[in-house]
Formats: sequence, structure tokens, C-alpha cells
Amino acid sequence: MNDRYSRQIILPGFGTAAQENLGQAKVLIVGMGGLGCPVLQYLVGVGVGTIGIMDADRISKSNLHRQLLYDEKDLGQLKVDIAASKAYAQNSLIQVDIYPFEINKENAIQIIGKYDLILDATDNFAAKYLINDVCVWLKKPIVFGAVSGYEGQVTVFNLASKDANPIHYRHLFPVQPAANEIASCEETGVIGVLPGIIGTMQAAEAIKLITGLGSPLYNRMLTYNFLTAHWFEIEMNANVAVPIIDENFINATNYQIDCAMMEADLEDIDIAEIDVSQFLDFKKDSSVFILDVRELHEYPVIDFSHAQIPMSKLKEAIHELPEQPICVICHQGIRSVYAAQLIKLHKQVEAYSLKGGLTAYFNKVSNEQ
Amino acid sequence: MEVQVIFFGSITDITLDNSVVIDGCVDINSLVQTLIERYPALANKKYFVAVNQKMVHENSKLKMGDTVALMPPFSGG
Repeated sequence: MNDRYSRQIILPGFGTAAQENLGQAKVLIVGMGGLGCPVLQYLVGVGVGTIGIMDADRISKSNLHRQLLYDEKDLGQLKVDIAASKAYAQNSLIQVDIYPFEINKENAIQIIGKYDLILDATDNFAAKYLINDVCVWLKKPIVFGAVSGYEGQVTVFNLASKDANPIHYRHLFPVQPAANEIASCEETGVIGVLPGIIGTMQAAEAIKLITGLGSPLYNRMLTYNFLTAHWFEIEMNANVAVPIIDENFINATNYQIDCAMMEADLEDIDIAEIDVSQFLDFKKDSSVFILDVRELHEYPVIDFSHAQIPMSKLKEAIHELPEQPICVICHQGIRSVYAAQLIKLHKQVEAYSLKGGLTAYFNKVSNEQ
Repeated sequence: MEVQVIFFGSITDITLDNSVVIDGCVDINSLVQTLIERYPALANKKYFVAVNQKMVHENSKLKMGDTVALMPPFSGG
């Protein structure tokens, strides 16, 4: 018996067959940060035969509290170089492929296509959505991990071997959030042990998927709270709002712009917030297009002519808006500022927001009656 | 009719609590409206809703004692 793996091979249900499956497996880890470090260490230890690691970053001092593969003497080195050398020192029987660059539309299909299982250990939505969509297109399972503050999420997506239409990330969040909607670790802070726990769970799920042991996190998402030590389980199910994801969809989706470049500047766009009396003038002025961005179920119903595109659909519909000044309204005047910024960013028209929203409007109108 | 609402991730930055008890909401839409009135910044957040630990994608009736989770996307690593 292979001495290196003897302690796992003797486990009930494991055996040499599971070990052979691990040895033949090809796994890609995207992101070699807080999540990717423990994922790699455990997959190297357990004997996964081929492991791809992908990350463009170099090791910085602020990484060391949570990315425990790296030492002080590694500062400034490429993460994938150091990670690969530590992996070989740990287990010389395996092969590590290094990709010292970011995942993008040009390289994703080719690289993901080489592996059987993808571990999403990235720290941004552009990468998470791109990995998701390419894996859906290529029918590759994903072990997903992510952290936010003191909490972390872990699940398995796109288990095409179990389900012809498997659940994936867009069933949870069909549209990629803008950068300004969600902060990253750099802005919010993270305690090192949290991605350690979530990354270790990802490695555990990967081992189960490769060996067939036990039950994977199939259609279940776990959320761990470091502060309360609670695990919260949610049963995931299909969302009809999911787009059809194929090569055309991936080519047509701008992952980078959606997430990073353009919308990071969104909050810098000045929007004129108008009061109710100005709004009453706009109402009479047919050159101003009035747009309600409340969701379809929201009340009250309004009695003047206007268009309605719910905030959740605005990004997709933005180019259908007319080339004229647009006044956005919502319930309280908060979403409408964001909507007006989005319109001003994507269309060369003036955009206004009704301050206080329809709440202010109805207060004033009912007071005057 | 009371339901418990629990918040995750960056949503707790807005609510400042991990959970609240809300009374008098018959369905998810009216619950979300009530929550937005209480926490206006919630209107601009992305999240999915789970009732009694099952994801729901459409409005549905709530019953006494249900637990409703608001789960935002996490992106850190």
C-alpha cells in the first residue's frame, strides 16, 4: 500500500479506487489568495494528480495574515510561483500547472476546458461570473467559495452529472452586481481564518466530487458566520430569470466593464435632485421623459403618464430609453439617484431624480387638495 | 402575524442587526416593502430571498413563524 496515502486509503469507502480517481483528476483553482491557499494545500496533500493554479498577483505584506502558503521572504514574488514550489515540496508525485495572469474572456474557455473540476477561489464578481458562465457552457462543475466580512459562502454549482439543467450562480443572482454595490476584501477587511475555513470546505467538496464519497453540497449553499459559529443552510432551486448561457452570451457579456471600470465611477456622477414643484413642471413638459424604476409589485399606482422599468431590469433596458432628458422616480428617491447615474453614464442625456420620491410627491399633492 | 427576518453579509451593514421580527406582512413583496421603509438603503441592495431555508424567486404568501433570509452575493476571497 502506498505509504503516503495509507491513512486515507484505509478509511471505509475510500480505498485504492478513490485514490486512483484523485490521481487522475484535473482540477483548476482560480485565485491563489485566502481561499486558494488552503484549497491547494489539501488537494496536494490528498493526491490530486493535476492541479492548475491561476493568479496574476504578487505576494504583499497584507496577504500574510490569511494566505499561509506565503512567507515574509516571498514578498514581491508571483503567488503562483511560490504556491507551485510549496506544492512540489509537499508532494512531488503531482503536477502543478501555473497561470500567472487573470482569467478573462480570451483565455477562460481554453484553460477551463483542460480541467474536470473548477474551484472558484477568486475575490471579484467579474471573475466569478466569467467562471460561472464558461463552466455552464462547458458543463464543468464548480466548487464555489466567497467571503464577506465575518461570513463565508460555500456550495457546488453546475453539477451537470446530476441534473440536465443544474443550478449555478446566475440562479441566485442573475445579473452581475456593479462594483459599487459590493465592497471587496480590500475595503471591508477579512479575518484570516474565515477564508481558511471556507477554502478548506471547498477542498472537502472537491475531494467528494472526485471520489464520489458521501453527498456533495448539491443544491445546498452553506453560509458560515465566524462571530456566531453558525452554519446556515439554504436549499437552492431553479430561477426562471436565468439567461441561456452559451458562447454567444459569453462573447456579448462585458464582465470587466459591468464590474470594475465604469461603475466604480458611478457615485462620482452628479445628479440633479429636483423637488416636487419642479417635478410638477416636468410632468407638464412633454420633452421630459418620466421613468418609474420601482419593481412591478410596488404601490401606490401613479395617475400621470410615465414609463416603468424596474430597477432590476434597468441595465438591460437602458439603451431602449429615448434620447431626451429623463426624470427618474421611485418610492423614496434613493434608487432613482442610482438609476439616474446609470442612465447618465450609459446615455448622453440629462437625468434627474425626484428627491424624496413618490412619498414626497403624494404628501405634497394630497396637502394641496 | 409575525415572521423572523435574518440578514447576511453586507445587508447587516444597513440593518445593523442580524435579525428582526416583522409583524403584519402577508407575503414576501409586502415584507420587502416594509423592510425598505425601515431600511431605505436596502432598496439598492442585491440579495435573494429564502423562506424557511428554501430559495424563493417569486412572491409567495408568508405564514406565522416563517423565517425569511435575505442573502446578498459575497465576492471576497
